Amino acid sequence: MKKLINSPDTVVTDALAGLAAAHPSLSVDVENKVITRAGKPAAGKVGLVSGGGSGHEPLHGGFVGYGMLDAACAGEIFTSPVPDQVLIATKAVNGGAGVLHVVKNYTGDVLNFRMAAELADDEGIEVSSVVVNDDVAVQDSLYTAGRRGTGATVFVEKIAGALAERGASLAEVAAVAAEVNERTRSFGIALTACTVPAAGKPTFQLAEQEIELGIGIHGEPGRARAPLQPVRDIVATALDAIDSDMPLAGDLLVMVNGMGGTPLIELYGAWNEVSRYLAGRGTRIARNLVGNYITSLEMQGFSVTVCRLTETLAGLWDAPVETPGLRWGR
Amino acid sequence: MDAEFFRAWITEVAAVVEAQRDHLTQLDAAIGDADHGINLARGFAAVRAALTDAGPLTPGSVLMLTGSTLISKVGGASGPLYGTAFRRAAKALGDKPEVDLSALAEALEAALAGVKQLGAASEGEKTMVDALAPAVAAFSRAAASGAAAADALAALTSAADAGAHDTISMQALKGRASYLGPRSVGHEDPGAASTALILHALRDVAARQPA
Repeated sequence: MKKLINSPDTVVTDALAGLAAAHPSLSVDVENKVITRAGKPAAGKVGLVSGGGSGHEPLHGGFVGYGMLDAACAGEIFTSPVPDQVLIATKAVNGGAGVLHVVKNYTGDVLNFRMAAELADDEGIEVSSVVVNDDVAVQDSLYTAGRRGTGATVFVEKIAGALAERGASLAEVAAVAAEVNERTRSFGIALTACTVPAAGKPTFQLAEQEIELGIGIHGEPGRARAPLQPVRDIVATALDAIDSDMPLAGDLLVMVNGMGGTPLIELYGAWNEVSRYLAGRGTRIARNLVGNYITSLEMQGFSVTVCRLTETLAGLWDAPVETPGLRWGR
Repeated sequence: MDAEFFRAWITEVAAVVEAQRDHLTQLDAAIGDADHGINLARGFAAVRAALTDAGPLTPGSVLMLTGSTLISKVGGASGPLYGTAFRRAAKALGDKPEVDLSALAEALEAALAGVKQLGAASEGEKTMVDALAPAVAAFSRAAASGAAAADALAALTSAADAGAHDTISMQALKGRASYLGPRSVGHEDPGAASTALILHALRDVAARQPA
């Protein structure tokens, strides 16, 4: 598969160097693969650190900036970052009010962030962690590694980031992050797999008339295959799955997120179906996002993420944010 | 078995995971995100470089450097899990300049305990534990019954191979493969496969030693 790269070995570092060159508001440590806001951490503000494998851009590095993350750690493609990186990031954003780790629920992320939190604790930095586990395609049971952290991560980072910007305490910021996670569910579908540069070929094969249901964000196979069908039916499948897990009511924040390889024209077509479906349920879409926010390299597909808003959460969503991936109010 | 033996083991592991990198990646593509081979190859290459640069070592410090380097370089779940395995083994070996079969058995048992504690996996969940647990049990039994090293190591790798093979029919209850549910059945677990490779390297290095 053709990729716009120099070599598989330098994909991540080349992109980090490019991110740094494009955004003077960021400070990028290419060697350690840690992205922070340029300048010193604000004294007394809770620092927000997240991270994960590369390949999900703009998540997480593209969400570093005012009103959202203070630091992001970039692992190898689809591979969790190592504790050293998370510790460097945690120390860099420590403004004396503690640090929140936003951790997507994958075994690797959880283990590496946990190890880093212990190391940070050894150095006297108070760390709280929130684990994001919004994906409804996986049963959260004794029989799985638990639900994956997917689209809700964007909502958690934005809303917790806004509260931290207001000077709230670590406990308060962690609580709002957990609340957003609790009130949010996602479901994703793929039309194609993606190709990890170093692997050289797609992670799985889908036939011309097949789609993959219940995907994650790491290019892995999903829960089931289905025939290709109109986007109206695909959206219904996704929203039925979400609704049966978390009944959709009241004011909603809804995201139609591209997996990286799907053009905007299709994402807007999907959004049209999402808004028709939800109008038919009597719920109100109070806020929305349509675009590429948490991707899986060049996978074609999309995910839907729905959060049941409260007035407070809506206010935090509206708060100013200035990052490469999300920008309003400033 | 002295520090040179352990260095040789880990160096052999680096060679083997590089040679098997595509195979491991393919196993991980079937039920994961296609990065296991890539990650282990990168990690053990870094370990090999660290060992080359290191000064005088003991068996324990070889394994400690291995574990710490893996934690710092691999990422994912494999980094913490293999890293912890080697670090726990290292602690069990202490600073003795030479270790015998029963000390090695204790070290492998400590490694297994570390992996089970960190990853919270038991046997039957389609993970590296399914290769490591039977292998360690077989090795410990052989060592305790006074078997020669060659026989104990043969028991180690046979059990590891059988355990890795047994993962094929299991449904994954841990890790990324668990998201696939029943679709994970019919595929060998990449972590179990790499565990078997690491233990084979141990046996192969021992076999090359002059008697």
